[in-house]
Amino acid sequence: MEEKLIFNYKTHKREPIALPYDDFQYKNLDEIIDTESISDNACKNFPDLSEPEVVRHFIRLSKLNFNIDENFYPLGSCTMKYNPKVNELISRFKGFSDIHPAQDVEDLQGILRILFELGEYFKDLSGLPGVTLQPAAGAHGELTALFMMKAYFEDTAPNKNVILIPDTSHGTNPASAQTAGFKTVKIKSNADGDTDLEDLKAHLNDDFAGIMLTIPNTLGLFDKHILEISKLVRASGGFLYMDGANMNALMGKVIPADVGVDVMHFNLHKTFSTPHGGGGPGSGPITVCSKLQRYLPNPLIIKSDNQYKFSYSNSGSIGKVKEYFGNIGVLLKAYIYIKSLGAEGLKRVTEFAVLNANYIRKSLEDVYKPAFSRICMHECVFTNEYQEKSGVKTLHIAKRLLDYHIHAPTIYFPLIVHEALMIEPTETESKETIDNFIEIMKKIAQESKDNPDLVKNAPHNVFRKKLDEVLAARSPVLKWRR
Amino acid sequence: MNFPKELLYTKTHEFVKPDGNNAVLGITDYAQSQLGDIVFIELPDVGTKFTKGEKFAVVESVKAVEDIHTPVSGEVMEINDDLEANPNFVNEDPYSKGWLIKIKLDSPDELKKLLNLEQYKEFVD
Repeated sequence: MEEKLIFNYKTHKREPIALPYDDFQYKNLDEIIDTESISDNACKNFPDLSEPEVVRHFIRLSKLNFNIDENFYPLGSCTMKYNPKVNELISRFKGFSDIHPAQDVEDLQGILRILFELGEYFKDLSGLPGVTLQPAAGAHGELTALFMMKAYFEDTAPNKNVILIPDTSHGTNPASAQTAGFKTVKIKSNADGDTDLEDLKAHLNDDFAGIMLTIPNTLGLFDKHILEISKLVRASGGFLYMDGANMNALMGKVIPADVGVDVMHFNLHKTFSTPHGGGGPGSGPITVCSKLQRYLPNPLIIKSDNQYKFSYSNSGSIGKVKEYFGNIGVLLKAYIYIKSLGAEGLKRVTEFAVLNANYIRKSLEDVYKPAFSRICMHECVFTNEYQEKSGVKTLHIAKRLLDYHIHAPTIYFPLIVHEALMIEPTETESKETIDNFIEIMKKIAQESKDNPDLVKNAPHNVFRKKLDEVLAARSPVLKWRR
Repeated sequence: MNFPKELLYTKTHEFVKPDGNNAVLGITDYAQSQLGDIVFIELPDVGTKFTKGEKFAVVESVKAVEDIHTPVSGEVMEINDDLEANPNFVNEDPYSKGWLIKIKLDSPDELKKLLNLEQYKEFVD
């Protein structure tokens, strides 16, 4: 059913909430706030709705939302795992929700212990000695690390100002590197989906400062030459930065420092089951090698004499990158997740994430052309090659899935795969859910042969049919007007 | 696919239309079809100087954001202002209404290294 905007509800000059008169002596608005700063129309025509009307409006809107609590969400590259409700429950305990970052350190020992221990876990998982929990998102973690690398080279080798970015990388990588003041140069992938070593070697010049590799890469593949790459990078005096977005495929199996990683970020909303999106808050802790440790943002959380304290002693610190100590609510949920599973549990997360992706890859390889025929990690990439002759594009397959109450996979990424369809089931889905998905994908492949128009004109059963994405991007309407 | 005979091409799907000491640059019909519906184009300022291989424009489509690199060195003489309001011109007519910039060539010899129609067609196939 259509749900109109809240501003379009008819109002009747009601006073929908009656406040106790004695507590709220009526004052003129301009005695309380600077009304000059409010535009004339902001309060005029504000709908006078009652509480149940407001609640119903937003509940109805929320039902139009697709969400992981309702349906399967195999969005490649995004690790849309189910977020255990125990994370929410514990993080709302009064001991966590009623504290304030400006309280005395003695009164914050509990949360400081949690943050300290969480930092230690990230060190263990990455094998790197330095950590900060401050960055407020994965890309913020990238930027923080790159600022630290920049500071390091300003002290040691100012001519080193080029960061190499593989053509499979996340878009945030070149953006972060450029924002931190580096130049970026793209490196090609080879036919196997690995880094093209010859192209890499050709770019290891005097100005080389580092390379940003996603491990496993965004094709869902583990680069066969990772040790050779890290050797080359080290010999050229640059850093190997690991985009940790795909850490869900490595935990307990590969310690990034063991393959030569110098610095990395974690995406807590991907690997550690904290909530996704909605604009945040997020969290992107980073861990760094000893060379970069002195540049970490202050303050660090340290433990001495059985007390947890803040230390501002880092001499080369690039400064704070977030007010107070990071997005504590998010960090807390990641801590609960790690504690619930333990080291052995995290290893099993990785095993099931990789098993599930390969199960889908094998089950669908006869009806959808895999982009690469080797074993994948936590996600698998197909193309529309078998559907192309009937005019069915990857976009159509994705839209048709919506009709079966499954979220569309990631499409047209990575850019180097023609008509990419990228599926990441995660470890949290049961065999039954995955088998159901496989059946539906096979059905869509059959429909693409028998009745391509049905697929091309999908979705049919959703609240909004085919959206005009081009118009939305070319002439976006960003503000509601009466 | 439409690839005019009088143009020169690159393996990264830019075209160059020589005009005396100047040249018009844009992206090929193949490039626009791969990108899909283009929604935004960022062009350099007139007067900017580029050396061969440098990025001079960014093209954003519903599918991707791509840097466009110049295969020739020189100074930007003119840019296609119409693209700000009508990025779709690149989809509809990449060689004429959808041109990107006009550049004054530093060394017209650089044109000799570009692909001709036959070479480009072979590359695309």
